[in-house]
Amino acid sequence: MSTEAFQPARILNQGSTQEKAEGARLSNFIGAIALSDLISTTLGPKGMDKILQSPSNLLDSTITNDGATILGSIQISNAAAKILIEISKVQDDEIGDGTTSVVVLAGELLKEAEKLIHKRIHPQTIIKGFRLAKDIALKKLRSVSQDYSENQEELKKYLKKIAMTIFSTKILTPYKSLFADLAVDSILRLKGSTNLESIQILKKTGGLLKESYIEEGFVLDKKIGVGQPKRIENAKILVANTSMDYDKIKIFGSRVVVNSSSKLAEIEEEEKKKMLRKCQKIVDHGINVFINRQLIYNLPEQFFTDNGVMSIEHADFAGIERLSLVTGGEIVSTFDHPELVTLGTAKLIEEIMIGEDKLIRFSGCKEPSACTIILRGSSKQILDEAERSLHDGLAVLSQMVKNPKIVLGAGCTEIIMAQAIEEAAKETSGKIQIAMESFARALTRIPTIIANNAGYDAEQLVSELKTKHYKGNNTFGIDVMGGKVCDVQKIGVFESLLVKEGMLLKASEATEMILRVDTIMNSAPRRRGMN
Amino acid sequence: MLRYDSSGKPFIIIRDQDQKERLTGSEARKANILAAMTVANLMKTSIGPLGMDKILVDQDGEVTATNDGATILKNMQVENPIAKLLVELSQGQDDEIGDGTTSVVVFAGALLEESLSLLEKGIHPSKISEGYEKACDIAVQHLISICDKIEFDKEDCSSLIKAAKTSLGSKIVNQYTDKIAKISVEAVLAVADLERKDVRFDLIKLEGKTGGTLGQTELIDGIIIPKNFSHPQMPKQIKNAKIAILTCPFEPPKPKTGHKLDIDSVKKYKELLEIEQNYFKKMTDLVKKSGATVVLCQWGFDDEANHLLLQKELPAVRWVSGTDIELIAIATGARIVPRFSELTPKKLGKAGMVTEKSLGTTDEKMIVIEKCSNTKTVTILVKGGNKMVVEEGKRSIHDALCVTRNLIKDNRIVYGGGAVEISCSVALNKASKEIKGIEQYSIRAFSQALLSVPIALASNSGLNSLEAVSEIQLKQMKEEKPFFGIDCLSKGTSNMKEQNVFDTLRGKIQQFLLATQMAKMILKIDDIIRPTGQY
Repeated sequence: MSTEAFQPARILNQGSTQEKAEGARLSNFIGAIALSDLISTTLGPKGMDKILQSPSNLLDSTITNDGATILGSIQISNAAAKILIEISKVQDDEIGDGTTSVVVLAGELLKEAEKLIHKRIHPQTIIKGFRLAKDIALKKLRSVSQDYSENQEELKKYLKKIAMTIFSTKILTPYKSLFADLAVDSILRLKGSTNLESIQILKKTGGLLKESYIEEGFVLDKKIGVGQPKRIENAKILVANTSMDYDKIKIFGSRVVVNSSSKLAEIEEEEKKKMLRKCQKIVDHGINVFINRQLIYNLPEQFFTDNGVMSIEHADFAGIERLSLVTGGEIVSTFDHPELVTLGTAKLIEEIMIGEDKLIRFSGCKEPSACTIILRGSSKQILDEAERSLHDGLAVLSQMVKNPKIVLGAGCTEIIMAQAIEEAAKETSGKIQIAMESFARALTRIPTIIANNAGYDAEQLVSELKTKHYKGNNTFGIDVMGGKVCDVQKIGVFESLLVKEGMLLKASEATEMILRVDTIMNSAPRRRGMN
Repeated sequence: MLRYDSSGKPFIIIRDQDQKERLTGSEARKANILAAMTVANLMKTSIGPLGMDKILVDQDGEVTATNDGATILKNMQVENPIAKLLVELSQGQDDEIGDGTTSVVVFAGALLEESLSLLEKGIHPSKISEGYEKACDIAVQHLISICDKIEFDKEDCSSLIKAAKTSLGSKIVNQYTDKIAKISVEAVLAVADLERKDVRFDLIKLEGKTGGTLGQTELIDGIIIPKNFSHPQMPKQIKNAKIAILTCPFEPPKPKTGHKLDIDSVKKYKELLEIEQNYFKKMTDLVKKSGATVVLCQWGFDDEANHLLLQKELPAVRWVSGTDIELIAIATGARIVPRFSELTPKKLGKAGMVTEKSLGTTDEKMIVIEKCSNTKTVTILVKGGNKMVVEEGKRSIHDALCVTRNLIKDNRIVYGGGAVEISCSVALNKASKEIKGIEQYSIRAFSQALLSVPIALASNSGLNSLEAVSEIQLKQMKEEKPFFGIDCLSKGTSNMKEQNVFDTLRGKIQQFLLATQMAKMILKIDDIIRPTGQY
């Protein structure tokens, strides 16, 4: 718009830009679809990994297959793509797995929506159709899921299968059975709690992935003080958070001013005494192990050694919180009332060697749910990726225990949902029908991508699969290892209902959000050095 | 601008003239009107249940997706002074009413657009203003004459829910309107004082949380603070809690003056040590003595103090934000205590239950304070699949809360879907025939401008907008009923009474008044002076 006297009537700030209608939609679609295409190659058991290099330190690279990790570390300026990254993050926080599929599904939905918009269907109509389709899919999904909350024994079997399904898309594939055992074992120890805090994952380079194992109790990656016992039975543990380096008086503005070296020595002596008094108080708790979050200097360490107490310094915050949880002791910062303090206990504390490192193991703790998974691997990158994969598995399993509903994997559920939508679309008249069909198509794209990534003739396989389903074989899916259509129950690919539900809901919510937009306004980037 | 005084010397009125641009008279007016129309046109597509959203990317690349007029304009970073006025206009409507922030801008834009052709006819701007003023009066009178009253009480709030639904219909939450409208109305009714017709908004807290879907949004009877207990081993649930609210830190005292304590002898060192050792003990003893069972503090805790609190069985929360503290104080009847020594049993607040809850696989915790003794306070916990949805959900719920509040204050309603605008427009057309002089033209222009909202509504809904609007006009005139509007969702009836689409009378009147005021203000400007090179 322009006036007679001026150049175009610009109302925005210098540098700000505005994209409208088709332009805005185009930029949203391009951004979101590009992002989903980028990540879609990591989907499935034969998906590929990505190397992420940090811009600041080129040597610091991450190799991963985990959707949330990849999306979390790429720098994006496109608004729609940012929304997709966000849903992947939330999926990770909430459920732990399915972070890639949620983005891929959203991307496929947008691709379909783009086609519909080219056909001149109003975005709001598309949204309406998508919503309807989503509700149908969700209903179908819930109805085909199997609930194992009554049957704990069966559940255990399925937990392992679910864990194996998750790990089969990750670096852990060759040893998925081993890791599935590890994960199920440690989750069952939690007895229904979703607090993953008490499962500790310790990474030690050296050895092979398959040498990873689960350690009863708790392992702390710290050293025992010099000259102290390396093995204590029936340990009474005091977990503390107090300064044991120099314990200054904390009243602000106080300082020491002296006029002679003898006085300095006196005060120094007094300070030493103060520290020793504190140590004495600690020992008076009747303990034989003392663990502190902060440093322990030589003087108090010496004192503990003399009193036969094992002292461990600088156990970081997560460390002591976990320790207090595991041993049942409280975190202590003052030592005047030994009678009020609950001490932690452990049957045995000893120093062990893993590879070349010395670690401290606490076994026979009060909280039997605690365990440590020790990961071995030949490089830092492998270990990091293994940890991420394991975390995904643990997160899903812990949610599974709460909500033990299982659906079939291997693309089977997607086809079931797609067919339910297609069925319902037949009875819906109007343009909504077209949108619903598109939704169904987007869902079928997921098995197609998985098969594609595995190098098979995806379209062929998926169409075979569809025919099977049409004929009523509702348990069929794609066996990615064998490259053929088969009964999923036989190959044992199961997934958690929560993952699929989260994927469906979040992807459709994000799609709706992006479709609703008809204008994008970009503010001028903040200028550097303004402040 | 150059003038000469009596002796012929040049006399400069505006400094640095060569660096300034100047527009006067009709040119200035046109420039202003065009700027306003640009903003109005931008907002048009957001009107109605099928209106579209906008994505706003701020200076730091953060993304906001919204349908709320006030939010769009606020974050747009406009530079043009006239556009800024419109931002203010929408803000004004938001502050006063909370809803209808888009329509008010569109209407103001339309008023100015209509005035453009009047100006071309040679009508003086102040004449136009006068006519608008009169037209606005007539429109408001007409609004009052056609309004309906809705009845509701604490038990039967279905009519309120319907109104909230109209407000939510245009937002992303419209998938779950039933549920969210119900939550909003319940929240308002929980804190409303129906006798005095007053609603204290500060007693409703909106808290967002990513995870789940918008459909899982819930109403919690109590207050949620996104914090956790300061020590992991404190009890996670306290029944019949007595709450002490402190604004002093559990930390060693900091002399506020620049004094220094000098230690020059062992004796002094020992003395100071003793004082320090007793300091925290005294603090926690004072708290314990007052009978408190939960401590909420605005500041941080020292490690030692933290442990003492644990030992004394005083679950505590640190770094509670100022607004939360005030809310809790109101809700529980606690006094905010600035010094430990002033803590007395009387100053404690009471709550039936204080619990720490965790959500999702990440270790995020929240503290829920329920069954507060003093006033009812409620929290609406908005959930959604991503941050942007949650934020937009919060904004939408805020609008619905405002609508409900306005209805409690004044239960008169008018019908939505463009029905009132069309009805007013018809009434103005009729009235204009009995008015002499030039004002007639401006009244007709006003009546034309009123149609801008229904037209936008119809065109956003994919209807042939002019045709749809004129059809309704005809229908209203024929049947003399003011409740025919645009059938945006193709429900098969244009009777808004049946569709249950209505707005508050207050909101509509405010829209008319504010938009008219703004149009008059912009019409009055006849001179723009600004440095060259800008926009």
